[in-house]
Amino acid sequence: MHRSTITQARELLRQKKISAAQLTEAVFARIDQVEDKVQAFVHLTREQALRQARDADARIAAGEDAPLLGIPIALKDLICTAGSRTTCASKILDQFVSPYDATVVEKLRRAGAVIVGKTNMDEFAMGSSNENSYHHPTMNPWSLSRVPGGSSGGSSAAVAAHECMAALGSDTGGSIRQPASFCGVTGLKPTYGRVSRFGLVAFASSLDQIGTLTKTVADAAVLMNVIGGKDPRDSTAADVALPDFTQALRKDVGGMKLGVPKEYFIGGGIHPEVERAVQEGIRTLESLGMQTVEVSLPHLDYAVATYYVIACAEASTNLSRYDGVKYGYRADKSDTLAHMYENTREGFGDEVKRRIILGTFVLSSGYYDAYYLKGQKVRTLIKQDFENAFGRCDVIAAPVAPYPAFKLGEKLDDPLQMYLADVYTISANLAGIPAMSIPCGFAAAENLPVGLQLMGKHFDEAGLITVGHKFQQATDFHSQQPPL
Amino acid sequence: MSFDIEHIAALARLKLAPDEKTRLAEQVGTILAHIDKLNKLDTDDVEPTAHVLGLSNVFRDDEASEQSLADHNPISDSPAHDKGHYEVPKII
Repeated sequence: MHRSTITQARELLRQKKISAAQLTEAVFARIDQVEDKVQAFVHLTREQALRQARDADARIAAGEDAPLLGIPIALKDLICTAGSRTTCASKILDQFVSPYDATVVEKLRRAGAVIVGKTNMDEFAMGSSNENSYHHPTMNPWSLSRVPGGSSGGSSAAVAAHECMAALGSDTGGSIRQPASFCGVTGLKPTYGRVSRFGLVAFASSLDQIGTLTKTVADAAVLMNVIGGKDPRDSTAADVALPDFTQALRKDVGGMKLGVPKEYFIGGGIHPEVERAVQEGIRTLESLGMQTVEVSLPHLDYAVATYYVIACAEASTNLSRYDGVKYGYRADKSDTLAHMYENTREGFGDEVKRRIILGTFVLSSGYYDAYYLKGQKVRTLIKQDFENAFGRCDVIAAPVAPYPAFKLGEKLDDPLQMYLADVYTISANLAGIPAMSIPCGFAAAENLPVGLQLMGKHFDEAGLITVGHKFQQATDFHSQQPPL
Repeated sequence: MSFDIEHIAALARLKLAPDEKTRLAEQVGTILAHIDKLNKLDTDDVEPTAHVLGLSNVFRDDEASEQSLADHNPISDSPAHDKGHYEVPKII
């Protein structure tokens, strides 16, 4: 039962072949079976979940039909849930209890979802391996000595291990798509502004976006229908009509143009097995009737530099709020307020400190124009590259990450190398466009999943869903199971 | 480019141990050297992008919203508070 998709489980619930309580119990039985090995969660909300499942059963018995009624879902631990902890995997927020629900959580509850628990992540969403968590690392369900990716690594591992039916994550530079690729699940980062960020703990406000980790593209469509839309509490949540994304599942890809950006395949940085799987994925889409065209994104080579200027600048500003006064951790035994700030902020981990230092520097007097303003200008060039490319195609296909999941500890000592590996994902955040990772094959030697990235025009998640769903109807990479 | 880790750490209210200072200065230096590649691009005539959707101000009527947290006292979230005030060490 725990292996079913949202779509399958909803059908069983509708037909009353299973109850929501049975489904939630099955998911917790699975958690009891594998969580020791995977460690995807920071905390579980078993009692509340069982209560929500019984409520869902009552709603079903009363004849209600809501899109997520009785469906067990996990949340990355930077999405606020009223009355329970939201730690951001940081010592600073370890005991923080959110006073309110994020808008997406309100929407999930209204749609009948059962909240299973909060998933592990890199501290404040900074990292690509989940090794920067204050709590513990998370293991990749496909190979327990390897990382699940990050920063939404707990969410992607939980979905891959069937410890929930779907999960929400956040993506600032690839934090949904890269772990989706590493764990063999479907990860969708919507357009910036498509989903409200109210109640999402901020990392880099012009880049952050909440999105979905699911077993299939069809499930991503169901979740997007629930979480998308404008919100009076987030002025950047755009006032753009929300389509019924499940309609996109019925569309055909015949005649659609698939852009292949040449820059993503040159330079030799890509693992040969990843390149092979991605190229085969592109050929599969051609065989389904898509016409491929070569496009160019000439500023790709500047994306990492641009991203780390802008993201760190925004992070250093956002994280200045953690001063020990208003909420979260406070260091005791400080003589003065200034000492209290410093002693409290020792609670940040290494990666977070590194980014605060970098961000503070690029915003500091005398350097603002040379770094931050320059970064914002190059961001314009990167955005224009996509506008030009989308003049010639409907959807762009590319790799997600240059390699499959790596071993725990393997890349911890060289932050720049870790940052450079984000090269394929961060452009979508800089341009604000939607992007998705779908499983497209396995790296041969150790059978590790590889993701294919699909990128679309602003607010065209529907296009990605159409192409991704057709791909999953023609392939079975997404339904293969990790050896757990 | 002169990168003074002491000055930046003070601006960021971060207290760094001596070995942390050395390590972070070196790592951030390496990252800044990579970032310097942006200078290869001529951006004199390029407008900066602060926000991808080009939104302008979003206003609403100046009325109390039903969605405000009227029933929650935010001071109660503080690690130290007394009689409806935040408690902190002496400021001067």
